Amino acid sequence: MPREGILVHNPYERMTGEQIQQIHQASMQILHDPGLISFNREAAEIFHSNGAEVTIVSSGDSPCWLVKIPEKLVLHALDSAPKTVKLGARNPENTLIMKGEEPRVFFVSGSETNIWLDVDFPTYVKKSGRGTEIQVPEFHPRRGTVADLCDSAHVCEHLKTLDGYIRTVNIQDKDITEDNKDVNKFFASLNNTTKHFMSGLTSLKQLDNVVNMAKLIVGGEEELKENPIISFITCLIKSPLQFVEDTTQTFIEVCRRGLPIVVSSSPQAGTTAPIKEAGIMVQINAEVLAGITLSQLVNKGTPVIYGSVPVRARMDTLGDSYGSVETSQYNIDCVQMARFYKIPNYSTSGVCDSKTPGQQASVERLFSDIVVTLSGPQYLHCAYGLLDCNSSFSLLQAVLDDAHFQMIKFFLRPPWISEKEIADTLKQIREVVATPQKLYIRYIRPVMRSGEISAPYLFEGDGESDNVFALAYERMNELLAKPVEHIDPATTSKIFQEIPGILPRLNVYEERRGQ
Amino acid sequence: MSEDIIASLKENVIQGRKTQDDEGIDEELSGTPGVVELTQSALDDNIPPETIITRGLTAGMQVVGEKFTTREYFIPDMLASAEAVGAAMDILKPILEASNIETKGKFAIATVKGDIHDIGKNIVSILLKGAGYEVNDLGTDVPTEKIVEVVREYKPDFLGLSALLTTTMVVMGEIIEALKENGLRDKVKVLIGGAAVSDEYAQEIGVDAYCVDGFHAIKALDAFQEAKA
Repeated sequence: MPREGILVHNPYERMTGEQIQQIHQASMQILHDPGLISFNREAAEIFHSNGAEVTIVSSGDSPCWLVKIPEKLVLHALDSAPKTVKLGARNPENTLIMKGEEPRVFFVSGSETNIWLDVDFPTYVKKSGRGTEIQVPEFHPRRGTVADLCDSAHVCEHLKTLDGYIRTVNIQDKDITEDNKDVNKFFASLNNTTKHFMSGLTSLKQLDNVVNMAKLIVGGEEELKENPIISFITCLIKSPLQFVEDTTQTFIEVCRRGLPIVVSSSPQAGTTAPIKEAGIMVQINAEVLAGITLSQLVNKGTPVIYGSVPVRARMDTLGDSYGSVETSQYNIDCVQMARFYKIPNYSTSGVCDSKTPGQQASVERLFSDIVVTLSGPQYLHCAYGLLDCNSSFSLLQAVLDDAHFQMIKFFLRPPWISEKEIADTLKQIREVVATPQKLYIRYIRPVMRSGEISAPYLFEGDGESDNVFALAYERMNELLAKPVEHIDPATTSKIFQEIPGILPRLNVYEERRGQ
Repeated sequence: MSEDIIASLKENVIQGRKTQDDEGIDEELSGTPGVVELTQSALDDNIPPETIITRGLTAGMQVVGEKFTTREYFIPDMLASAEAVGAAMDILKPILEASNIETKGKFAIATVKGDIHDIGKNIVSILLKGAGYEVNDLGTDVPTEKIVEVVREYKPDFLGLSALLTTTMVVMGEIIEALKENGLRDKVKVLIGGAAVSDEYAQEIGVDAYCVDGFHAIKALDAFQEAKA
């Protein structure tokens, strides 16, 4: 049985059908005029050989081509792109089945940050009250390591609501280089979670190594097709409307291998996209459609995901403002566009402007988590632990987010109203009204034990005390202490023999032997 | 046989099953006798009421209390058990009276004049009855004169007053004064509760205890009993 995620009944929609058509038509127009600049030669050639109007804009060291994509090419691609995408997992029970038309939401971690936030709880003594002590969390940023990535995958494995894992932190150990980064981030993640693993690729040269690693884990090429335990994200588009040289090449190569891939576009309203909603929507939709079209031209039937990471600019710095309300609006619009095309959507929520866990982080995260979830994206990423506009990751925050999603998932349960419920209710009301105390309390019990009553906030303190951080920290350590289902010893041994570059310290069996 | 009935009685108190129609927690008990039926069976088997109370009802409630403390049980569970014990006490009451066996004490409770809120008061009533007190619930919007009359005639050991509103909590002070005027204040321990009142207010008007909830009320009453002993 695959994971259930949460099916959103009557998803929230901002745009009317007419507005969706307007965005669609305008996107089609800009795909042809002005078209896209491709810095990738092969992409330009693929479009050209399939009937797009391609002209060279610049030659020399950084050649680029203007690609004008005709509408029929896009429509053909939308037709051939799978409407259901399966993301496999080491544990088949963690498989995700995403249907473009079905607003079933899967909650996912990611994306890669450079900074890992450590936390500790020093004790402070109140100056004016002798003996009064409180513990206040202190957060210490530092560069992420492969050990952090293992811990993050480990905790995410045990977070109830988390359906899939995107690497949360960029591994920056001294012995990590561009040539071994991919194999290490894939192995560290796959070895510490049995959930689906999605990642970007640092070096195209490592693509076959990570694909072969996945094949060794599932048992072969056909098995990987049947159970794609890994998938890829590529930011092949640089806004506005440019195919990037290297990431587009990675995209093409992943499509050739038939593995699931996200076409990700992340324009910033105000700088790399128009500031108004219609503007950023027309552009991001055109950019994603361009990527989807390329995927189908490279390999018809490639399982492709409509990836949207739109954001509004901060007015004070022109940096990203993921905590802005408009960012959630753009994401919801993208969910609607993807559903219009019946392609599964990779959406964004939970990223906040706040630099550390706290009240601002909670408000920003919960707001976007709720509203974007309500719109029914299939793959909701960025949802756990990300802070400071996607710059840092906090394991403590990820644990806090899990509590948020438990509430959101409960909220999205369908209403229990049926003929039987009404009949039971009438009987109950008549019984209670006839009693002297007129209380319904005795009817709570069966409901309470059947799981039909939501649990209190997971980190509720006693009395008036606010112990949220301390309780979440306790929970985080509990999860870290839970066992991990690592890849079995024989497969691990094969991986270390056949896949070059994996750090020996990641072999848990050798490490145990050495102790 | 007697041992079986008492064990079953205790278990059904723990399960919070007042009658055979109640679900309880374990599904397999569905349709089997509940506390009411088992109490009657125990009496039919000539089991002494003291045994029924101490080894069946009270022993069961003790387990319920422990489960509540460890958060295995919640207030609805506690109330279901208390309600079951209360129903058993109703059956036992005539026999206890005929045998001159005393309950833990008589408790009169009312929501004061001008206030019709009674959820908290009703929960306290159920809990105290389940804890072995004889409860006389006077209802809501009860005039001060009636409360004074009940204290004089019914002679409760304890009087519980409830008010939700700041506008009606002042009536509690008037009741205390009325009890004093009628020479009854030292005849009864007065406890107050409700959203509007506080420990400070309890001290201000001169009552014997302020209770945050029903569990607090049981503790306060038990403390009075211990002090008396």
